[in-house]
Amino acid sequence: MKFENFMILEFPSKSSNEAFARSAVACFAAQLDPTLEEMGDIRTAVSEAVTNCIVHAYPNSYGMITLRCRILKDNILDIVVKDKGVGIPDIDQARRPMFTTGGADRSGMGFTIMESFMTSLEITSSPERGTTVHMRRRIQRRA
Amino acid sequence: MNFTSFLQDGKLTIALSGEIDHHRARAYIDKIAAKIEAYTPEECILDFTDVTFVDSSGIAVVINCMRRMAQIEGTLSMTGIGEQPMRVFRTSGIDKLVHIKEAV
Repeated sequence: MKFENFMILEFPSKSSNEAFARSAVACFAAQLDPTLEEMGDIRTAVSEAVTNCIVHAYPNSYGMITLRCRILKDNILDIVVKDKGVGIPDIDQARRPMFTTGGADRSGMGFTIMESFMTSLEITSSPERGTTVHMRRRIQRRA
Repeated sequence: MNFTSFLQDGKLTIALSGEIDHHRARAYIDKIAAKIEAYTPEECILDFTDVTFVDSSGIAVVINCMRRMAQIEGTLSMTGIGEQPMRVFRTSGIDKLVHIKEAV
């Protein structure tokens, strides 16, 4: 068995689900006994990934978002956020700080935050088929 | 959304609360803009004491407020920022653009 535990959630791309998604992941992650700072980082990164699906993947409609969390050995929290939306034409550009195709209420800092708050971040995307954000965070073991 | 503000000696203090994410950001941006337009303060102070969570949408709220204040040649500062919001603001560099006051 490669994982210790896992959970899968599926929900529509409604903005009210941003708070639900980050809280659900935080509850699941609690079994790793993270510090408040680690918990804050995880909630923030999940919030960014899910918000991207809501704002960018499904700009004019609602679509489904799949959120999968696993606990891997060595206290690693593995998170996958997947949509079947429009895809990202240029991932390098999207990852650049302050770059956004959103309006004035977006800051273009989503991927930068995911990148700095998580141990690793991988993005795969294909036009009209969707985007998958895969991130991991190692939780420090406490004595 | 809980939102309180008061004006004293040309200083407009706006107390935000709860979680500021994309779901709530638009309402905050509009409400803050309306307050600034109504009072044209010399200084706007965003009070984060009761804010429990901020993501990149919160950065957009601050940037929009900063722009509004620049338009009327006023200044913006922030106060009462908790640990999680501070990490987000530091990552974005917004803590270098906006004056951060120690909580009173």
